[in-house]
Amino acid sequence: MAAPRVIPCLDVDAGRVVKGVRFQGLRDAGDPVTQAALYQEQGGDEIVILDVSATPEGRGHAVDTTSSVREVLSIPLTVGGGVRSTDDAQALLEAGADKVAVNSAAVDRPELIGEIAQQFGSQCTVLAVDAARRENGGWEVVVNGGRTRTGIDVEQWVRVATDLGAGEILLTSWDRDGTRSGYDLDLLAAVSCSVRVPVIASGGADTAEHLGQALEAGASAALIASILHDGVTTVSSLKKELLASGFEVRP
Amino acid sequence: MSADVVIVPTGLANTASIVAAFRRLGAETRLAERADEISDAGAVVMPGVGAFGAAVERIDAAGWREPLTERIADGRPTLAVCLGLQLLFDESEESPGASGLGVIPGTATRLPDNVTVPQLGWNRVAVDTESRFVEPGWAYFANSYRVESVPEGWEGTTADHGGAFVSTIERGDVLACQFHPELSGTWGSDLLRRWLDGTRGGS
Repeated sequence: MAAPRVIPCLDVDAGRVVKGVRFQGLRDAGDPVTQAALYQEQGGDEIVILDVSATPEGRGHAVDTTSSVREVLSIPLTVGGGVRSTDDAQALLEAGADKVAVNSAAVDRPELIGEIAQQFGSQCTVLAVDAARRENGGWEVVVNGGRTRTGIDVEQWVRVATDLGAGEILLTSWDRDGTRSGYDLDLLAAVSCSVRVPVIASGGADTAEHLGQALEAGASAALIASILHDGVTTVSSLKKELLASGFEVRP
Repeated sequence: MSADVVIVPTGLANTASIVAAFRRLGAETRLAERADEISDAGAVVMPGVGAFGAAVERIDAAGWREPLTERIADGRPTLAVCLGLQLLFDESEESPGASGLGVIPGTATRLPDNVTVPQLGWNRVAVDTESRFVEPGWAYFANSYRVESVPEGWEGTTADHGGAFVSTIERGDVLACQFHPELSGTWGSDLLRRWLDGTRGGS
């Protein structure tokens, strides 16, 4: 079996790494090339870069950031944020992304998933989903940094997206993001049961125990961000703890 | 001979990663445009990603089938990555009816239903026989299809995802990897270096 992955994530705004809580209150957390190289060195299995720029000028940096990071990275690189067309996807892939993540544009127009998968392959088509708990049970897809609730059921959406060709799900719990209270394990279990493609757990990690819980709930990979950027821990110490707990991660 | 590595642009998605990986090793790369560039090149990389049928169409439309088949059959320095490995065979369940290069008899089949598909992630490569290039270690895979056993006349290594499958095959200066050496960290970079160094002067 492929080993469970630990994936550092860089939220990038206008070419700088930032981190906020629940997509708000962004703080500067460094240079993406330096950070990506550091996390690769620490044993990160892949790097995810999500462009969170609010302006078109800011988003204009995404391609440059991708090619600069590619130069130093000999592990896979996924780039998302603002991908609205196959042209956007192509620009990022040509710059050196190995996978592109689509999020709100796919909610607006699900065919985009199929178009990207058709042209570049399912293995590089990632669906990013921001999921918020509903009061009456289940989860719904949210967009616009959690400001817009779409009413779309998350479990249904991931099934539709994988049928269209998405090869991986990057599943962020909006309720847990940046809170360091652990991943939403019910959400992970529900989504992992709904699809056969790998699911990446995101939102809420604080400890190696949280990562282990996500993997046990069915995730193939665990995304981490703020605990790395804030120097709370390193990829290598998280992986050491996971190995000691019996998870066969790549050492 | 040329120190250049000529890349056969069968698809787009991982070309930049391949280029960057060779650049870090100090090797220049260029994309093939004409068939004779593939025949004449000291070293050729076939970085296939995407669908089997689409890659075959591209190869045939560009007239690359013959120079590729020839250099692989002759054991000249050629590196096939991911789908590139599967393209050496007759066909794939992914695209029924599409003819692979057919240098090796056999069919690429879909990974079984009891594991995540695509396989996206790091997996252990086991080296049970002699290999000029491959050492045991962790490699990064991104595949939904695979070849189930090492073909006759080739040396090979395996990995396991719902059962053993072929992770590399080699013969002469031809090396085909189901994983992505360009994305397999230091281990992958060392593998690329051994292939480059080991095959230099081979043409």
